[in-house]
Amino acid sequence: MIAALLAVPALAGLAAFLIRGDRPRRALLAAAALLHAGLTLACWRTLPAPGGWLGLDAPGLLFLTIVSLLFLAAALYALDYLAREESGERVDFVGGGPFSNAPEARFTGCLLLFLATMTAVCVSRRFGLIWVATEATTLTSAPLIYYHRHHRSLEAAWKYLMLCSVGIALALLGNAFLAAAGPELTMDLDTLLAHAGALQPVWLKGAFVLFLAGYGTKMGLAPMHSWLPDAHSESPSLVSALLSGALLNCAFLGVLRGLQVLSAAGLGDFARGLLVPFGLLSMGVAAVFIQGQADYKRLLAYSSVEHMGILALGVGLGGTGVFGAMLHAVNHSVVKALLFLCAGNILAAYKTKSAADARGVLRVLPWTGALWLAGLLAAVGAPPFGPFVSEFAVLKAAADQGRSFVVVAYLSCLTLVFVGMATTGLRMSLGPASRKVEARETPLSVAVPAALALAALVLGVWVPPPLRRLLAQAARTLGGAG
Amino acid sequence: MRPAAELLIVLIVLGNLALLGSSRLTGLIRLVAAQGLLLGAVPLLARGQAWTAEILFLAVAAGLLKGVVFPVLLERAMRDAGIRREVEPFVGFSLSQVAGVAILAASFVIARRLPVPPGPLARAATPAAFATILTGLFLIVTRRKALTQALGYLVLENGIYLFGVSIGQRVPLVVELGVLLDVFVAVFVMGIAIFHIRREFDHLDVDRMTELTDWTP
Repeated sequence: MIAALLAVPALAGLAAFLIRGDRPRRALLAAAALLHAGLTLACWRTLPAPGGWLGLDAPGLLFLTIVSLLFLAAALYALDYLAREESGERVDFVGGGPFSNAPEARFTGCLLLFLATMTAVCVSRRFGLIWVATEATTLTSAPLIYYHRHHRSLEAAWKYLMLCSVGIALALLGNAFLAAAGPELTMDLDTLLAHAGALQPVWLKGAFVLFLAGYGTKMGLAPMHSWLPDAHSESPSLVSALLSGALLNCAFLGVLRGLQVLSAAGLGDFARGLLVPFGLLSMGVAAVFIQGQADYKRLLAYSSVEHMGILALGVGLGGTGVFGAMLHAVNHSVVKALLFLCAGNILAAYKTKSAADARGVLRVLPWTGALWLAGLLAAVGAPPFGPFVSEFAVLKAAADQGRSFVVVAYLSCLTLVFVGMATTGLRMSLGPASRKVEARETPLSVAVPAALALAALVLGVWVPPPLRRLLAQAARTLGGAG
Repeated sequence: MRPAAELLIVLIVLGNLALLGSSRLTGLIRLVAAQGLLLGAVPLLARGQAWTAEILFLAVAAGLLKGVVFPVLLERAMRDAGIRREVEPFVGFSLSQVAGVAILAASFVIARRLPVPPGPLARAATPAAFATILTGLFLIVTRRKALTQALGYLVLENGIYLFGVSIGQRVPLVVELGVLLDVFVAVFVMGIAIFHIRREFDHLDVDRMTELTDWTP
């Protein structure tokens, strides 16, 4: 089962490089995404037992499901997107210079390989393998960021490649520290968990600090987040959706694996004590940069930094906060994918990323405008959408523990983000159109975000019981209360 | 065999200092290549036990990749980009060397504070590994050219590799090869990116890539 999960996107990705025709290649992309999603859902029936090299435990399955379903959404959106993209040279609407796209075969191939590597992160049971897979996600996604071949996307891709590679290198050192901690020099997650008591605390603490710095860079935690707004704003919107909704979670999983080992060794408080300040700092930095953000894709990117902060904070609080964080991971992925796909529609119609120049979206693109507005409300944590429930769960965990400073800081950041995002978002949605726009909304480019919006709404009022069970199980695995 | 391994480690540390003082990119690439070859040999001398096929294979693979393949890739990128020197780094070359000595001292202090990890070479190699890692980071932060940053990344990877072998980390072959493959692809992609940067920007100065920022309106 797990082998198939890895093989389907990997083989399809390699095949995509070779297929000449655009139509069969796009069909392959959709088919592989569907098959992968189907296989993932089949894993829900019987959880493949962890153990050995590959396996799925509750957190792994949760994050794999997010990755798989989000990829399905992005792939369906891509069918439409790739058909709309003109080939050949065209004018860059920011710089004015000419640019062309990378070959579509390479884009599709890398996209599928990206899915394969993210799957590998979720199913790996060895720290070495988790590292190899995480670094591979960087390498397969860097060409995706440089799809539009102009110098801004190149700058973004270089920063992404360099910062994340260096960051991830620190996590590799963390792996070596973990190996040095034990008498047996093993890096097998299950063995480490079983014999955590025999591990040397100093090396373990060092390993976790390096994991947090390394995978935290990739996850976009402040102050290592500087690659994130660039990469998210310059890549094609469906790639931004995947980076934000799927990749950041995968990087977080690396941190969580480290937390598992530290918790088993009785050092959970040390690890959680580091996660809380990083989480709050990320929220604070995001709240500041969201204010008056002129570029609406960068706005969404900073919102991702904020939400990653919430995830780190929730897990750092422990107890019921972990459950809240897991639920929030689901909600954030759904909502952020929705927003980035809408941003892609807006960008295609208005040909600008400036929030001040893209006005009157509701009038020009009625469907996209409505979904955009709903997504923004969801992202800032307004009821009745999913993020409200999970953000409230994290807040409640902090309040129950009587950590008043955390509560105050958390609420202030959320308020600032609300003001900043709502101001920009409402200005974009309402009013007359700011420029002459050739409006065209294709059914697929609206249907995919609409499905995501529906999911966000459903999650706000009702968490399906199987999902609730999985979330609770994941929270218990990570040392929290289900 | 231990003295031989310790000699290798001393050479690696001296290589770090030379890297920090060198401005010619060819010289830098050769130094990184030499460091890679030395690293490939360390596990052979460190274990002092029977050379199993696995250890031999890994040593050859690591030495070949780090000592030959990566340098060739980067040298090609350098030729394509048509640059020869790291001009005016943020921190001058002699000052960088002073920093290199400070890094070395700091590495000894850090290594002494940690419990000695198990492993045949740990006592000698741990500070050297830390020094190499920090040298790599220092190169990435203080140099202007994209190519020099890529070299810094390789030095950083070398340091981590040295730490791994020094503790006698018995990483399964698949993982070790996976790591090497990742670094290989990383260098490859960086080489391509350097080529594109040269074409798009007409220079390789990363500090002049400043279009994407939130700090200036």
